[in-house]
Amino acid sequence: MYSLSKKSKVVVKKEMTWSEKLYLPAIFQGLMITIRHFFKKKATLQYPEQKKEFAAVYRGKHILKRDEQGRENCTACGLCAVSCPAEAITIVAAERQKGEEHLYREEKYAASYEINMLRCIFCGLCEEACPKDAVYLTEELAPASFDRTDFIFGKDKLVQPLGTSAHPKTYKPYKK
Amino acid sequence: MEILPIEVIDKLVIIVAVFGISLVIAMYSTLAERKVSAFLQDRIGPNRAGIFGIFQPLADGVKFFMKEEIIPATADKGLFILGPSLSMLTACMTSAVIPWGDTLELFGRVIPLQVTDINIAVLYVFAVVSIGVYGIMIGGWASNNKFSLLGALRASSQMISYEIAMGLSIVALIMTTGTMSIGEIVYQQGGELYGIGALDGFAWNVFYQPLGFLIFMICAFAECNRTPFDLPECEAELVGGYHTEYSSMKLGFYLFAEYINMFISSAIMSALYFGGFNFPFIDKLDLSHNWETIIGVGFFFTKIIAFIFFFMWIRWTLPRFRYDQLMRLGWKILIPLSILNIIITGLVLLLTL
Repeated sequence: MYSLSKKSKVVVKKEMTWSEKLYLPAIFQGLMITIRHFFKKKATLQYPEQKKEFAAVYRGKHILKRDEQGRENCTACGLCAVSCPAEAITIVAAERQKGEEHLYREEKYAASYEINMLRCIFCGLCEEACPKDAVYLTEELAPASFDRTDFIFGKDKLVQPLGTSAHPKTYKPYKK
Repeated sequence: MEILPIEVIDKLVIIVAVFGISLVIAMYSTLAERKVSAFLQDRIGPNRAGIFGIFQPLADGVKFFMKEEIIPATADKGLFILGPSLSMLTACMTSAVIPWGDTLELFGRVIPLQVTDINIAVLYVFAVVSIGVYGIMIGGWASNNKFSLLGALRASSQMISYEIAMGLSIVALIMTTGTMSIGEIVYQQGGELYGIGALDGFAWNVFYQPLGFLIFMICAFAECNRTPFDLPECEAELVGGYHTEYSSMKLGFYLFAEYINMFISSAIMSALYFGGFNFPFIDKLDLSHNWETIIGVGFFFTKIIAFIFFFMWIRWTLPRFRYDQLMRLGWKILIPLSILNIIITGLVLLLTL
């Protein structure tokens, strides 16, 4: 049979030679292998002190962006909810009233914007679909919890806090 | 010989010191085991309890004491408690005949650094070690559990099989040394190797009895129930072997006894075959007798620690034997080899004397 990887070895069960039957050379060989590892550089990462860098394309918890004047970008068009393969996003739309221009950029806004984090598969399609530059997946980890209701993230957890700008720790779009 | 009260105090001090040292070394062996295994597997091991995990054994001890003590309802209560106690007792008893160092001259008296130098020390060691198997057997039997019983059975048959080869390998050693006192054997090893003056203090028995040493070492691994001979507690087949039902400090005693056994058998191996407290070129240093003794004790412990490291190194290198392989190695290979060793030793002694 032709070997594609050229790594396969044909196994033959043959009688062991005298030195192989002694086992001691083989044991010595094994000891040499393990002692070499004794002095090798360790692979351990001291977790709370040292943290591993995420990949540049990492997709974590979502964020609903504000614009430069602190107004929410989302216009509740529902494209993210439609594009979501896991059907995790639920949006209730509302009309902007007079005097709320400083809160919402568009005339229509999301009165409630919920993502079920247990359903979300962090594919990033909502981010791709968004025409208003509103939803992004950040580098933050979605936190664990003991209660299932904690995993339905409303606007309180998703909207970018006021006064924060697009700083790299919490907000980093994975494509320019 | 009349015994002076001051000598009793000497002995008591030495007994307490030996006891304390062997417990402390066993304690830190548990940490060393984890560290060595970690390093051999490219990890770091425990390092949170103090620098380099130095307080880890204390934390483990506290944890052991805090755990709930469970005695199974179907277990034989008396024997269940006797098992680990016996294991621990026999583990600690062997250290009585090991010469930890030469004599110290203090307050105008000569104090040997040995609890007792009986002239049948080697036999004593064997007697105590063979009682040690009762600890495991009784524990496994009293648990009233199939896995424990199988582990205990394995332990007893394994220990009995390997004791024969061990005894026979020692016979060859006794033939060359002509004495059974371990202290005497150690003193003999302070001479010149093969009569060559440049190798002063190197007359270690391992150079005269290499095959005997190999057999003795393999048997010591089996006697301590260490990998590759740890079938009694074979966690892959027997849950936990003889200590399946044990918890809290009783389990701790079993584990601790294993480490004390490891320390003691390392000490015996370095005393019988690696020159004990002798180190080469001791006379060239031109030190006072007490300093020589103290350095000798240091060398002895270095040898012991090297052996303990070797025990661990083997453990994290070799896989476990299958039971029929273990028996085949013991009965068909080690025992004939040790008899051959006796015959060769006898022939050499006949021809040279």
